[in-house]
Amino acid sequence: MSLHKITLDNREVICQSGETVLDALLREHIDIPHACREGACQSCMIRSLDGPPPVAAQKGLKDVLRHQDHFLACLCYPQQAMRISLTPPADFFTEASVIGKELLNAETLLLTLQCREALDYYAGQFVNLRRADGLTRSYSIANNRIHTHKLTFHIRRLSGGRFSEWAHRELNIGDTLSVSDPQGLCYYLPNQPEQNMLLIGTGSGLAPLAGIIGEALHHGHSGDIHLFHGSREVDGLYWINEMRQLARQYPNFHYTPCVSKGDAPEGFASGRANDVALSTLPSLKGWRVYLCGHPDMVNQSKRQAYLHGASLQDMYADAFHVASATLD
Amino acid sequence: MTETSLSLYEQLGGEAAVNAAVDIFYRKVLGDHRINRFFENTDIEKQAAKQKSFLTMAFGGPNNYNGADMRQAHAHLVQKLGLDDSHFDAVMEHLTGTLVELSVPQNLIDQVAAIAESTRADVLNR
Repeated sequence: MSLHKITLDNREVICQSGETVLDALLREHIDIPHACREGACQSCMIRSLDGPPPVAAQKGLKDVLRHQDHFLACLCYPQQAMRISLTPPADFFTEASVIGKELLNAETLLLTLQCREALDYYAGQFVNLRRADGLTRSYSIANNRIHTHKLTFHIRRLSGGRFSEWAHRELNIGDTLSVSDPQGLCYYLPNQPEQNMLLIGTGSGLAPLAGIIGEALHHGHSGDIHLFHGSREVDGLYWINEMRQLARQYPNFHYTPCVSKGDAPEGFASGRANDVALSTLPSLKGWRVYLCGHPDMVNQSKRQAYLHGASLQDMYADAFHVASATLD
Repeated sequence: MTETSLSLYEQLGGEAAVNAAVDIFYRKVLGDHRINRFFENTDIEKQAAKQKSFLTMAFGGPNNYNGADMRQAHAHLVQKLGLDDSHFDAVMEHLTGTLVELSVPQNLIDQVAAIAESTRADVLNR
């Protein structure tokens, strides 16, 4: 008989041999979300807090979820005591000071922070930035993993946006902010260097994508990498020359700036970034797809990419929900 | 007659068969203009997991089929978007089409279709 102790928050359950973690929790009336009990619906996904869970319990999960020790309670027969959690860990914040502030275009600020402690992040993840009075917003890290203390962000000024207006107008070099632990599952892992990649971003959705591209190229990613960056007008885009330069430097990197309003000038594609991308690349079978920006674009592109043959397992998305839509 | 000792799910090929089928089936459903508006505001990743649970059930596999949940999940589609028999029929068409594409023998297709058909009243809230 092998009995293993399962610790969920501050409760302890003994998992008996032949019993899954889900069975043990439910037996003790700890009601966690679940449905099919056979690894299909993934509603009982939880996270191991003390290292990798049994591999068999991660069947069918996306690589980034496996990488962060998520597993399915209904498939998990513990092989040792486990500490597990249903909720993401509480935000840990470190202090950071502003060391750079410049405009990328009229509405987007490139903010560079120097963190007191090293952050273990992956290109494409986001952090929460917290002002002294507690006002907090999520921003994607725009650089790759080369720096452990220095992080860059693209902060788009939103009309009525309390944080972004403040960052644009009042935040100065030398000021301090708090930076949370990195979060999110839309990031690059160098596990399939030959896989073709499609990246679609709108507005400051370029931030995480630029980090991901930098990371992929740094790892010698050999598959094709196609970036489509879209905005209504050319003014809403940025880093156009930088991306063109990168495309000249790396033959497998392809860059298409897209404008959706009016006629596109020479060198720009006309139309929404996702529509341009999908008409340029009719078959996405076997491709990895990254989508960042407006939630409607992300949702629509996921569906389009899926119908063009991409597998859901290979899709990574970060929808930018705007807190200031309420103009609070 | 060794076949009779195998369950429908085993004869179809178990979970691997469900995985193969769900990919074809869900693409057919989302690509069908008669019915894809019902999926317009859903997260397609969550939907795909639900489709997999549904197909597992229709394949006679392990499931927790719950008619009440099925009713609840489709109630607003029936009331607000006019989900009716014609749409259910379209889904059935894609289900059998998927199995034909996977070269599943007709007698097994008939069994799968019969199980799927048994959810009609719940889905349409009758």
